Amino acid sequence: MSAATTRRLGEPLVVRIALITLALLFLALFLIVPVLSVFVQAFSEGPAAYFRAITDPATLAAIKLTLIAAAVSVPLNTLFGLAASWAIAKFDFFGKTLLLTLIDLPFTISPIISGLVFVVLFGAQGFFGPFLIAHDIRIIFAVPGIVLATTFVTFPFVARELIPLMQAQGNDEEEAALVLGASGWQTFFRITLPKIKWGLLYGVVLCASRAMGEFGAVSVVSGHVRGHTNTLPLHVEILYDEYDFVGAFAVASLLALLGLVTLIVKRVVEAEEKR
Amino acid sequence: MSGRNRHMPGFRLTLGFTIFYLLTLVLVPLSGLVFKTATLSWARFWEVIASERAIAAYRLSFGASLGAALLNVVFGFLVAWVLARYTFPGRRIVDAIVDLPFALPTAVAGIALTYVYSKHGWIGQYLEPMGIEVAFRPLGVVVALAFVGLPFVVRTVQPVLLDLDPEVEEAAACLGADRWQTFRRVILPRVVPALVTGFALAFARALGEYGSVVFISGNMPMRTEIAPLLIVGRLEQFDYAGATAIALAMLVVSFFLLVAINAAQAWTRRRTGEDPQ
Repeated sequence: MSAATTRRLGEPLVVRIALITLALLFLALFLIVPVLSVFVQAFSEGPAAYFRAITDPATLAAIKLTLIAAAVSVPLNTLFGLAASWAIAKFDFFGKTLLLTLIDLPFTISPIISGLVFVVLFGAQGFFGPFLIAHDIRIIFAVPGIVLATTFVTFPFVARELIPLMQAQGNDEEEAALVLGASGWQTFFRITLPKIKWGLLYGVVLCASRAMGEFGAVSVVSGHVRGHTNTLPLHVEILYDEYDFVGAFAVASLLALLGLVTLIVKRVVEAEEKR
Repeated sequence: MSGRNRHMPGFRLTLGFTIFYLLTLVLVPLSGLVFKTATLSWARFWEVIASERAIAAYRLSFGASLGAALLNVVFGFLVAWVLARYTFPGRRIVDAIVDLPFALPTAVAGIALTYVYSKHGWIGQYLEPMGIEVAFRPLGVVVALAFVGLPFVVRTVQPVLLDLDPEVEEAAACLGADRWQTFRRVILPRVVPALVTGFALAFARALGEYGSVVFISGNMPMRTEIAPLLIVGRLEQFDYAGATAIALAMLVVSFFLLVAINAAQAWTRRRTGEDPQ
């Protein structure tokens, strides 16, 4: 290959440096600087103010409710993800494409609409509103509504991780186990589960991270009662609207850390899957 | 394929649970939107979804989503290119950071962008003397939506760039093409379908986005109010039917948009698929 041809293959060094700089500049302005600002603002009045903000009783109540919502939605959606991926990856049936599309539905719906759905069902003027009021059951503007909306919004995450993974892995080992006399559950726990564990881990972490960070849907059903129906992201909004910026950014920094942990888990899982 | 069905256990259990869960959690609740909207007369329905304030909100949501998705296509492609082709210090960290908008709760993104791009913020203070105001302007909505949509373009384009066979580019160079010609005639046609997909994903996500936008937009009716906020406004007046009417209008529009974009994508793929290897 002549020197002229080699030159034509890559970009000149100046162009490379210019492109890298431009890309990094864009990422800095849009991603890195905003995220850094969260931590800088959170500590702008010193660590004492920061710890006061995150140990405030209202913040602790918000943390508790956020964890409750995740504790219900993540196991349910994990169970669903395992069932859906088993059915879709191991069998062929009529309407499979439609089922896949429907599983993606909560991704394409605005979070506000996801919250609205439950207000229409269980709100005071909703379909079951009169019944719930008569029996003194609160769903909307109460904890059950928050749990429902969170589950709805995070419902595809585990399934979406597992379906392509199981499809790519095939059934050979499962079939071998079955032929050798293993039961269905034995096959699942001893063969399939170890094969999908890393994908499952990332799906669960992503689902949990989204469950704890969900804002729009939860905001519609919560009623914003401080110390009662306030999750962490809603608490950020309340503090921000009250011009308590240190408080808002301190609570936001907890959520930002959650996002960073999710990114790290993603990288670890990708590295493990490549091995 | 039917052999698969015979050997593997658990079909009825897993599919049964999947469908039951999907129905109770998603489909039955969603159908409530249709039933609630049906309590409105046609005239009232139209009055709600085509009010002047609603039209202004649709226009902002569409315009800003389009602007943000286009911005994502340009810079997402650049970022994907740099990550796939060049080595530089910190590349792996930069690669990981691209997923940040996907992992970061939207409310956090919202207050952070608002702070950074407001008049006295870290970036806003340099833009203001140039006459560029971002926060509490439609431009702020574009910035927030561009933040949210970036990973969609990068993560669809990057694998395609990594998959390109270097021999094709070598052949083009041997045949006398300069680098720009090779890029335009050989590389770009391969990447276009991924760019269209990335654009569609970013655009669809932007249309429904709420958390990162409400802080930076300022939510002024007729000026910086996005479509999902119309629903919140109706709900605050306990006008459930009005809220579901707007929700249905949004769902129908995004559905047709996705169908159109999918068709365009299939067409691009067919066209580039015919190119000789």
